[in-house]
Amino acid sequence: MADLHTKIKRPIGIRLWLSAGWLTLLIVTTLFAPILAPQDPLAQDLFTARLPPFWITGSEPGYPLGSDSLGRDVLSRIMYGGRVALSVALIAATLTCLLGASLGLVAGYFRGWPDIIISRLVDIWMAFPPVLFAILLIAVLGTGLTSIIIAIVVIDWTRFARVVRAEAIGQGAMDYVASAQVAGHKRFGIMIQEILPNILPTMCILLTLEMGIAVIVEAILSFVNLSISTDQPTWGGMISEGRVSIHQAWWVLVFPLVILFLTVLSFSQLGEGIKDRFDPVLR
Amino acid sequence: MSFLTINNLTAHVGKLPILRDVSLSVKAGEVYGLVGESGAGKSMIGKAVLGILPLAIEATGGEIILDGVDLQKLPANQRRQIIGAKTALIPQDPLTALNPSRRVGVQITNRLVDILGWTKSDAEHRALDLLVEVHINDPERVMLCYPHELSGGMRQRLLIAAAFAAEPQLIIADEPTTALDVTVQKQILRLIKEMQARYGTALLFVTHDLGVVSKVCQKVLVLYDGLVLEQATVENFFTGPQHPYSKALLETTPKYTNPTGNLTPIPLHVLEGVHRQVAAYDRMKNYV
Repeated sequence: MADLHTKIKRPIGIRLWLSAGWLTLLIVTTLFAPILAPQDPLAQDLFTARLPPFWITGSEPGYPLGSDSLGRDVLSRIMYGGRVALSVALIAATLTCLLGASLGLVAGYFRGWPDIIISRLVDIWMAFPPVLFAILLIAVLGTGLTSIIIAIVVIDWTRFARVVRAEAIGQGAMDYVASAQVAGHKRFGIMIQEILPNILPTMCILLTLEMGIAVIVEAILSFVNLSISTDQPTWGGMISEGRVSIHQAWWVLVFPLVILFLTVLSFSQLGEGIKDRFDPVLR
Repeated sequence: MSFLTINNLTAHVGKLPILRDVSLSVKAGEVYGLVGESGAGKSMIGKAVLGILPLAIEATGGEIILDGVDLQKLPANQRRQIIGAKTALIPQDPLTALNPSRRVGVQITNRLVDILGWTKSDAEHRALDLLVEVHINDPERVMLCYPHELSGGMRQRLLIAAAFAAEPQLIIADEPTTALDVTVQKQILRLIKEMQARYGTALLFVTHDLGVVSKVCQKVLVLYDGLVLEQATVENFFTGPQHPYSKALLETTPKYTNPTGNLTPIPLHVLEGVHRQVAAYDRMKNYV
């Protein structure tokens, strides 16, 4: 028997590379947007309105992805819009995960009345149409970053609760949990020490998926003008504005849409890649 | 002087009885075999003692007296403490009995440190000694392995080590060899016997293998549909079983003297007799 700890080196999958690369690029550019952005994202100038992107004749230097009908630079607005999208993705998804996963874990491990209460709550919650629910919430809470985050957490915790509950039930039936119970470990301790580590890979996937979903929800809300104030650029807002002038300036719509698509895709692929890499059995 | 006494234990799933007035007593240091077909309820007796019955199954009556203390009369946390201090479990399937995300060493020392308040280094020394006792060659390395890096036989050795770690007075072995292949089964069986003799632990041995019973146990109990059909010492059981079902069960064991012969099934009239006995019990208890 050779040394069991020589890990079989597995190449990091291409999708982990690509998705992590894209997200890193996005984080860096949005973080340094004030330095990197070629223009002020809010500066309107009707002399530079509807400039095409750089490879089409008629473009101007300083507007690499063109400008919208008010003469604002598309690239700069995408960069600043990314700040909203990414902070919503990180904060909302993490909070959703914490809330949903802890409820799911308690329901799945303790069963009995906590399970009955939480599961029925999830059932009722999921009967609401999510987007309408979000719009309603924003209408009550008022627009703003905090409201968006609250809306996403309130809508989407059920996803985590369901999946984590199912996983916890599965793990709870394993003999090692029985052994820990016989040994006299506290039930809460067993839940944290024995069950939680085995659910983490699944939670990791869900978390990254949720980040993608949060980006989409934010875009939907800003598309219907219920996101943050209109003088701050958002991807959804840009798509909504671009829709109006799609025949004259398609780039105002297409670029934020492509960026949105790539970002959501990257989040979901990142989750898969991370899971493959950190699963103790596959490792 | 018996260490574990079970009096008239009954358990139900909804209205369906799973255990029908099971009584037995295990002396300190004794190896007690529970035999029966799948679904006879033999594992459930062990689980009822340890308080880990599945959610759907409810112990509905009887007493479980462990070292002179009636467990069901205690509040839950005291019961847990007593069970944790005096008993241990060797589970059936070594593949699911170790937590896949923790190193095996930690899984052995964890209980000593967290429950019994040992220091970490004491617990580690104890674990290393135990691994040597269960014939694991390089214990230092194995301590740092994850369960999936070890074979089924290795894992079962580790589980045996973990069960004996705190020197419990009673170990419940729930078909500890069923999930292993035959060559490993024999080693594991010998190991359990060896460890049991070294520590003088009482053992409640759940199995469906009469060969195992004859090798390991001193007493045996035959269970069918949760009803005790026969209780006897192993010598008496193998030389002159009293219940027709026990006789039939012994007949079903393949003989080395006749390796090509057909396997003997349990005759229909015997099964019918057993079913009548179960039905009579249920009528007496007004279950039907």
